[in-house]
Amino acid sequence: MISRAERSTFSDWAWTIDRWLIAGVALLIVCGLVFAMAGSPPVAERLHLSTFYFVHRQVLYLAPAIIVMFGVSFLTPRHVRRAAVVLWIVSLALVVGTLFFGQEVKGAKRWIFGVQPSEFLKPAFVIMAAWAFSEGAKRKDVPGSLLALALLPVTVAPLVLQPDIGQTLLISLVWAGLLFMAGIHWLWIFGVGGVGVVGAVAAYKFLPHVHARVTRFLDPQAAGQGVADTFQADTALYSFISGSWFGKGPGEGTLKRILPDAHTDTIFAVIGEEFGLFVCMGVAAIYGLIVLRGLYSASRNEDAFCAFATAGLVMLFGLQAAINMAVNLQLMPSKGMTLPFISYGGSSLISLALGFGFLLAVTRRRPHIEPIVEASVMEARA
Amino acid sequence: MTAADTVTRDASKGSKKGLRRRLDGLFSTSLGKTGARMRMVAAGFVCLYVGIGARLVVIGFKPDPTTMRRASGETIAASRPDVLDRNGEILATDVKTVSVFAEPRRLIDKDEATELLTAVLPNVDARDLRDKLASKKGFVWVKRSVTPKQRDEVFHLGLPGVGLAPENKRVYPNGPAGAHVLGYVNIDNGGIAGIEKYIDGQGLADLHDAGFSLTPEDLKPISLSIDIKATHAVRDELEKGVTHYKAKAGAAAIMDVDTGEVIALASLPDYDPNMPGDMRDPSIINRMNVGVYEMGSTFKALTIAMALDSGKVNLGSRLDARGALSFGRFRIHDYHAQNRALTVPEVFTYSSNIGTARMALGQGVERHKAFLRKMGQLSRMRTELPESAEPIVPKNWGELNTMTIAFGHGLAVAPLQAMMAVSALMNGGYLMAPTFLKRSEEEARKSAVQVVKPETSEAMRYLMRLNAEIGTAKKVNINGYYVGGKTGTAEKVIGGRYSKTRLFTTFMAVAPSDKPKYLFLTIMDEPQGLPETGGYATAAYNSGQVTAQIIERVGPLLGLPPRFELPTQPFPLLARLGYGIANSPAHGGGGH
Repeated sequence: MISRAERSTFSDWAWTIDRWLIAGVALLIVCGLVFAMAGSPPVAERLHLSTFYFVHRQVLYLAPAIIVMFGVSFLTPRHVRRAAVVLWIVSLALVVGTLFFGQEVKGAKRWIFGVQPSEFLKPAFVIMAAWAFSEGAKRKDVPGSLLALALLPVTVAPLVLQPDIGQTLLISLVWAGLLFMAGIHWLWIFGVGGVGVVGAVAAYKFLPHVHARVTRFLDPQAAGQGVADTFQADTALYSFISGSWFGKGPGEGTLKRILPDAHTDTIFAVIGEEFGLFVCMGVAAIYGLIVLRGLYSASRNEDAFCAFATAGLVMLFGLQAAINMAVNLQLMPSKGMTLPFISYGGSSLISLALGFGFLLAVTRRRPHIEPIVEASVMEARA
Repeated sequence: MTAADTVTRDASKGSKKGLRRRLDGLFSTSLGKTGARMRMVAAGFVCLYVGIGARLVVIGFKPDPTTMRRASGETIAASRPDVLDRNGEILATDVKTVSVFAEPRRLIDKDEATELLTAVLPNVDARDLRDKLASKKGFVWVKRSVTPKQRDEVFHLGLPGVGLAPENKRVYPNGPAGAHVLGYVNIDNGGIAGIEKYIDGQGLADLHDAGFSLTPEDLKPISLSIDIKATHAVRDELEKGVTHYKAKAGAAAIMDVDTGEVIALASLPDYDPNMPGDMRDPSIINRMNVGVYEMGSTFKALTIAMALDSGKVNLGSRLDARGALSFGRFRIHDYHAQNRALTVPEVFTYSSNIGTARMALGQGVERHKAFLRKMGQLSRMRTELPESAEPIVPKNWGELNTMTIAFGHGLAVAPLQAMMAVSALMNGGYLMAPTFLKRSEEEARKSAVQVVKPETSEAMRYLMRLNAEIGTAKKVNINGYYVGGKTGTAEKVIGGRYSKTRLFTTFMAVAPSDKPKYLFLTIMDEPQGLPETGGYATAAYNSGQVTAQIIERVGPLLGLPPRFELPTQPFPLLARLGYGIANSPAHGGGGH
């Protein structure tokens, strides 16, 4: 047991960290490994790799991910902000770099040096935006709202060019959520909503792959030439149906063998086929509870930056999970988004760990006044 | 600070300053609202996740497409009741087989599956199978009814997405014998024709559709009126006859005159219901039920019965047949012209067209029509078999029609329909609908209608018998069965005219004539004259000959004991009226 009496950096951390969030993410990581054993072997076999190649790789990535997550969670809010600024600048530069030097995968340039920099851009952007909003709300002399307003297009522009509409949508939604929480006038909410709608329509009109995806989603027969390519969506939905309430049992799935991206984007469907709909609901519930816990903690946090950062990070996390699940359940057109901590993916996992580390850092319970300041005041009195 | 606050405060300040403040209000963010806004966002997330949960529940209640195939058209071949003949012999039964199916969505490697399956099942077309497996269907048949060896081989392939389903296959142990009565089933064991379709119509199909999986033990066998041994004999004799006389087609049937049961039915060409080929081929129709033909002189029996029954004519009446009967520009001739007045028995035995036409004219058009309607010749006859045909009745029925119909031209009926009428003339006057199901005499009598007097019936039996002794039906006078008969030869209408060379011959026989039990009918389409028949192709030489052979062969099978002493009092009512029986052969024509 960690002593409350003797104070150290670690004991401070242990007593102030949000244990519910840690429990939630630990549960997701453990489940993720179990699900990876179900979803990844067929993909590995297709690529002529050893059966549990992706499981081994996932475990391998978990070690640095956990170190990053706990390491970051030790940071104070001040250091969180500084780290985020550095991360934002580096990852934004890399995202811009992908436009020129990126590897083209499935029609989009998103990868550079073996990582997907947009994954790291997301948490950095959220913290930057939270900082801008909190400063804007606290102090009238800092044009926080304007900074926040400028932050979005700067971050999103290279993503649109990649093109990566999924991430753009996610970042924009989180930004809009923060703006809403900042207490913006209702008039702006409808205004921003309107801009969002216009943006969505514009994306549909002018970006061919968005157009194709939406058309395919709305009218599977009309979109393709001849036979519509709804194979992934149909197979995913059929996986849930054939798994039914209790699933076919671990390793008993057959549709996962033909399901594209069974270890990444469509792992939720593999869970449905092998473990059943009740387990799927359980997984959704874990994400939902993490989001609610985060928002609850944010609403009680008296530090404006911490509150906004918590809310922003947790929205990022919860929206990403919800979008992935909705796509798997054919509620949304395909987005190319992973299921946090469950989908396979090295850079995705590290970036999620980083984001979650930031979340843990900003949700730590802190006294109203920094302890050192408190101590010096007392010394002065004595 | 809300916009409203700003606006009210602005009212007291200057307008320039107010505008700035108002803009400030619009742009400002305030922490005061953050808590409430966060709760709203939380509520939004709750909605989002509940929505995902709800979608999962909806999916949970969706039926699995692999179990849906039972509800859809692709049913597993269902059980059917056995069909038995009147003596309990099996005519149709279910045999358990195994069929190979595939679920394309579950197949991993379609090319591999195609390769392995076609190696085991060489009859399956590889390209066709590849296309089927590449489809997005949840279920396709690979091969129905495989052998036990193939079943084991497919099983050992161990292909995921390929399965074996137990099925029922209909088997007809007697092959083509009785095929037209039995009909056939499709690959899903659904009745398509004949009694098989009738069985489905009796609620079996409804039971299957309702999802009852019936085993053969649950289903009561259906007993038909058919005697399969007699049917074999009839078909065999008919086949020999059709081949011998080089006829295009032929049909023969035996009917129990007391019950209306069809004891045997054969129609050539026929088919093997185990392997129904192209059933759209019109040459394999059931000619007894579905074909309609001008029955020729066989119809004279009806005309004479009508005349006798009316009382206007008796067996002693004479009819003028001295010369051709003229009506407008038409002249009616006799084939065996005697050129003198003929008695009623002579009209029958010489098969006089003129005599029967005069008898019908004596009754008039309306009474003729009414009589034929009463005898069931003017409307579609319905039996258990779904196949039936509407008789071809002249639209404007004038005196000329009555005259020709009197001797069997100008009205086309199904042969079985004519049998029904003649049966009534033989059995004492009771018209009963023919049936293919076993029934007793009492049941038959319940629905029977008395259409002619018993004396008329006895007179008709006398005429039939007389015709076999001295008339056109001598070929059929088989020793011991006391047979009576009537020939019928109709010229086929080719290009709107009656053809002299293309004939349709019929032969109706009853045995025994004194206590009638069975009525025999043979029809032949375009039989050819042969050297031993002197080139004649009229009914007596072909249909008559075949009927004689059928009677000789099935008599013992049907339990008709041969009697070598002629009955002393075969027609008691006629004897009382003063008519004897000419039990000695006399002169007579060849037959027409």
